[in-house]
Amino acid sequence: MMRLLATLRIALRALRRNVLRTILTALGVIIGVGAVIAMVSIGTGAKAQVEAQIAALGQNVILVMAGGVSRGGVFSGMGSAGTLKVEDAEAIRNEVEGVACVSPEVRVPAQVTAGNVNWNTSIYGESEEYFDLRRWPIEEGGAFGAADVRSASRIAVLGKTVVKELFGETSAVGQTIRIRGVPFVVSGVLSSKGSNFFGQDQDDAVIVPHTTAMRRLFGITALRSIQISAASDKLVEPILEQVTALLRQRHRIPEGRDDDFHVHTQQELAEMATSTAKIMTTLLGSIAGVSLLVGGIGIMNIMLVSVTERTREIGIRLAVGAKRRDILMQFLIEAVTLSVGGGIIGVVAGLAASEVISRQMNWPTQTPPESVALAFLFSAAVGIFFGFYPARRASRLDPIEALRYE
Amino acid sequence: MGPVIALQKVNRIYQTGATSVHAVRDLSLEVMPGEFVAIMGASGSGKSTLMNVIGCLDRPTSGAYLLDGVAVSGLGPDALAEIRNSKLGFVFQGFNLLARTTALENVELPLLYAHPPVSPSEGRRRAMDALREVGLADRASHLPNEMSGGQQQRAAIARALVRRPALLLADEPTGNLDTRTSVEVMGVFQRLNDGGMTIVMVTHELDIARYCRRNVVMRDGRIVSDKAVGERLFAGDQMRQLDAEQQAVQLLP
Repeated sequence: MMRLLATLRIALRALRRNVLRTILTALGVIIGVGAVIAMVSIGTGAKAQVEAQIAALGQNVILVMAGGVSRGGVFSGMGSAGTLKVEDAEAIRNEVEGVACVSPEVRVPAQVTAGNVNWNTSIYGESEEYFDLRRWPIEEGGAFGAADVRSASRIAVLGKTVVKELFGETSAVGQTIRIRGVPFVVSGVLSSKGSNFFGQDQDDAVIVPHTTAMRRLFGITALRSIQISAASDKLVEPILEQVTALLRQRHRIPEGRDDDFHVHTQQELAEMATSTAKIMTTLLGSIAGVSLLVGGIGIMNIMLVSVTERTREIGIRLAVGAKRRDILMQFLIEAVTLSVGGGIIGVVAGLAASEVISRQMNWPTQTPPESVALAFLFSAAVGIFFGFYPARRASRLDPIEALRYE
Repeated sequence: MGPVIALQKVNRIYQTGATSVHAVRDLSLEVMPGEFVAIMGASGSGKSTLMNVIGCLDRPTSGAYLLDGVAVSGLGPDALAEIRNSKLGFVFQGFNLLARTTALENVELPLLYAHPPVSPSEGRRRAMDALREVGLADRASHLPNEMSGGQQQRAAIARALVRRPALLLADEPTGNLDTRTSVEVMGVFQRLNDGGMTIVMVTHELDIARYCRRNVVMRDGRIVSDKAVGERLFAGDQMRQLDAEQQAVQLLP
């Protein structure tokens, strides 16, 4: 133990002797470890954000989209086939077990004005259950209720972005806006949800009762989609099956023909999005790992130079009784000190870099502790691996030759 | 007490490619405790090879070598390192102090590799003792490049003494020094020898050899002469004489 401490002291002294070289050599590892940590933090942060956003879609949400229309080879997009009706949503609510909330949904882009300010946004026609379903709290004012949906009230709940564009800093609640010239009273403002994982601003929306949207605003009879939330995780699959069976029956789709709608669960979305994020993390992490490897090669290079430079010192040490193992340990510890020191600084640099990225670039980063431990251990391993050959070479020197070396 | 060095029919043959060099031939030599031996010879006489064999830096090709009663000719590199550490002290022509390392730390170096280990405080104390012995206690924290050649060589002698070896080996210890400093360093050796230390040194300077007690002359890997020094020089006398000469020069108009 004492011997090890003494050897460590020798190694530290040798490193202090050539500060610039030590720093430059360690820089390879610093950048490597720092990059691993920063990259993994970015990847993990992205994954966490995607997961949070998917959770924010609402718990256990099932989305039924109307099918697309393909006419003469032109596919007009999902939800445009006009196969989903409000009655389908009502049937789901009444006949499928385990359903917590149902919201028939239409979405139409429209010009919204307030006074002389106007803004292009999306109008969402939804049921009163939509806010619970999406777990989207009202920040100011209130939502519309079942009665408003029944009577097709001209009442609107605004997203944060719309409020900002139309009213700036002043309160929107109680004000009147016009959608396609039709006046609406603003009953509430939603809390901010930020952008979703497709990059869309979720706060750029006006939510009105679906009845109002369909009858009074756009004159449409078909839904874009129906959002359903299950009462619990376990009910998602049964509901999925029941909804599919029910809609096939209602739409009179014979056995063997494709559905005229598509059912998505939140899990599917989550899996897709997280697997993408996982691939990104792996990719970033391995690129950073390569730079750590390059740092290790730098250490080996400098250690080989150092052994040659210090041949005479090695000779003196051997002459006064250092064993081959002592010399091996001395240079190995020197290499490991370089790499571990670089590793520690790299961890700090990596954490700082992720912090800067998350602040300046508004990208959420998350550093998993195991990635820090792994990067650190890997840097120590790099030191041992790349330090071993030069150290062994030093320990195999012949004392007479080494003493004679100029 | 048995001999410190007992060499019997020792050969050392270097094999370089197709040619072989017979550096030491059938050499036998005994050195008793308390002796002060100078090994002399022209370059190529085999004296350096002999020194390396005695110093356990090199192994004889054939023959037996007993160092302080231990048969060392068959030992491996690590066992030899242990012997060098515990039984031998080396003084080199070029001092061979570690650069950018203080005199004290240089002297501590052999203790770093000692078995059983020596604690840092104990090591420091022993190193200071050794420095005091060579009269360099006030230079303990100096770096080699802050010391004169004589001081550097005395620090190297202190390093050789710090493990209390059975044998002190010196390879041309005065080769890099001027006359006065050479006398000074030989004075240190004489004092140590008077204290009982066995010393073997290699030199090609006849007057330096005269400070020793016994002179061995080598030629072509063999000992050609081995006899006690007739008119021995003493460092104290020589120093006084040098001082007198110096004064005489200064008194000249």
